[in-house]
Amino acid sequence: MQAITGYFFLIRESPYFYEHAPRPGRPIRQSGNKAIMNTQALTEPGPAWRLTTRKLSDKELEVTLSGRWCLNEQLPPVRELEAAFFEGLTTLRVVVTELGEWDTGLPAFFAGVVKMGAERGFTVEQRGLPEGVERLITMAFAVPEQAVAGRRARPAGLFDRVGTATMEFFRTAPEMIRFLGEITLSFGRLFTGRARFRLSDLWLEIEEVGPRALGIVSVISFLVGLILAYLGADQLKMVGAQIFIADLVAIGMVREVGALMTGIIIAGRTGAAFAAQLGTMQVNEEIDAFRTLGISQVDFLVLPRMLALMLMVPLLTLYASFVGMLAGLLVSATIFDIGMFEYYTETLRSLTLKHFFVGLSKGTVYGAMVAFSGCLRGIQCGRNAEAVGRAATSAVVTGILLITITASLMTIIFYRLGI
Amino acid sequence: MNNAPHIEVRDLTMAYGDFVVQRDLSFTVNSGDIFVIMGGNGCGKTTLMRHLIGLQRPARGEVFYHGEDFWNAAPEERERMKRRLGILFQGGALWSSLTIAENVALPLGEYTALPAGKINEVVSFKLALVGLAGFEEFYPSELSGGMRKRAGIARAMALDPEILVIDEPSSGLDPLIARRLDDLIMELRNSLGTTIVVITHDIASILTIGNNSIYLDTERHTMIATGNPRTALEHGAPNVRRFLSRGEVRA
Repeated sequence: MQAITGYFFLIRESPYFYEHAPRPGRPIRQSGNKAIMNTQALTEPGPAWRLTTRKLSDKELEVTLSGRWCLNEQLPPVRELEAAFFEGLTTLRVVVTELGEWDTGLPAFFAGVVKMGAERGFTVEQRGLPEGVERLITMAFAVPEQAVAGRRARPAGLFDRVGTATMEFFRTAPEMIRFLGEITLSFGRLFTGRARFRLSDLWLEIEEVGPRALGIVSVISFLVGLILAYLGADQLKMVGAQIFIADLVAIGMVREVGALMTGIIIAGRTGAAFAAQLGTMQVNEEIDAFRTLGISQVDFLVLPRMLALMLMVPLLTLYASFVGMLAGLLVSATIFDIGMFEYYTETLRSLTLKHFFVGLSKGTVYGAMVAFSGCLRGIQCGRNAEAVGRAATSAVVTGILLITITASLMTIIFYRLGI
Repeated sequence: MNNAPHIEVRDLTMAYGDFVVQRDLSFTVNSGDIFVIMGGNGCGKTTLMRHLIGLQRPARGEVFYHGEDFWNAAPEERERMKRRLGILFQGGALWSSLTIAENVALPLGEYTALPAGKINEVVSFKLALVGLAGFEEFYPSELSGGMRKRAGIARAMALDPEILVIDEPSSGLDPLIARRLDDLIMELRNSLGTTIVVITHDIASILTIGNNSIYLDTERHTMIATGNPRTALEHGAPNVRRFLSRGEVRA
């Protein structure tokens, strides 16, 4: 092994031929020289970056950097040096000469070399690195790297995912029930006059979920009424009893469809809004602030929303039924040649108070379901923007799911009771 | 053109509708300056930053970068000028759906030709510079406020911008880390020649790193040119001295 006192390298392809004359008597090593050239055309003056490696001895490798080391060039990854590594490498000498312009591309490269040295067990020595680069590297290594195990997500197998989902379900199901319990207690406080919330909040929510939803509810229930009328007309024509379109539309809208459609509209419109509002409050630590003040977030935030929906959804249901029947009347009178007056009396004859009772009670329950799922998902929300999006989505899905489940349950119960 | 100051602001008036935040702001920031924007709460420091970086159009007045008119330039010209800026927003403004490493890598992936492996190296180095080595795979929501701020700085300097605009770098940082950050800011200026515009309330930091400054007056809605903060502490206008000495000097 020879002591290295002089440096020599030669790149024939380069227009920036550089030669550091070797001391007399020192053998010139040219074999095994590797040059990685940057062939990218330069827009700015100055030679492009160059990286050459040269094996100095059985233990030492010399890496020479020169030219322009800026991030807007296609700088080489440190890994490219690996090609020049050999068995028994103990010392890597980095020589910087004829350096052009540089930015953090240079210290990033050198820091990568040092890190690689630490991993592979060779020491890194340098010569000619600008002082600024040295200082930046010192700063970068001033704080030791945090060793965090298992951060990288591994692909989960089928069993893994099924298991996780199951555990997640058994974790969240009690949470839902606890939330239901908290709301029940809160209603208890409301009826005994001890619930703390602001009436103005309640009015604001009522305005938001009620009158402002009239437009979309009108459009959808009108079209649903029209669909019901057509459906009835087609079927009843076969028995020559098209007048019963009136019964079908009236009872269908008042008992089932009015409430169902309103519930689904409100789930999409208001349930998502509740989840997003409460979720954002969770992100901003507003809910924690309520908690520390000893104000129940259920009283203050959930109760007014719940009340607003339980009051407004039945009213919207009533309105939706009315619009649906109006659509039925228009379709029957203009297309199926049923007299307006006939349709009107048939509707009155078919509707009894119990149908309204069924429709209104369903509306109230659906409203409660939407408020429940919206507020639940909002309160459960994580602390970032993505979580708020997930909360809103999940609120709508949960809301519609709960609505359809309770709709079928209530339909069966009312049938059994003969209402 | 390169002789023109790095940033020049002429007769800038900032307003929200009829409400004038600050009027007649004129100052220049030279290449390699560490320029401090000082002022009380609500005086319009962050609003001024938003005018400098192209988020809010001035009610009146101009901003020049290297003598080029920023607000009257064609949109694509303005985009090009904006790319020379690195910005730290007050809250960090990290993208919450990306990891810290991905946050820093995104500008590099968009605006450089570096291969993915190289980008990771550069990202690791930038995170190490702000003392966050090893936190690459964390999501912003999993970090503390101070860490998020530092990750924001790493993202701001991802592309080695000519100008680094930093809004309240040291709020939420412990004194030692705040000090390290000051060192980093000075090092970026010294070794890379970065021009730095910093908005801060941290008196120690202002006096350590700043070599030029302005003070935005809340009551008069205009600025006071204060030059080097250390000189301003001794010889500046009374309210500037009061600000810099935390009220010790009676105005």
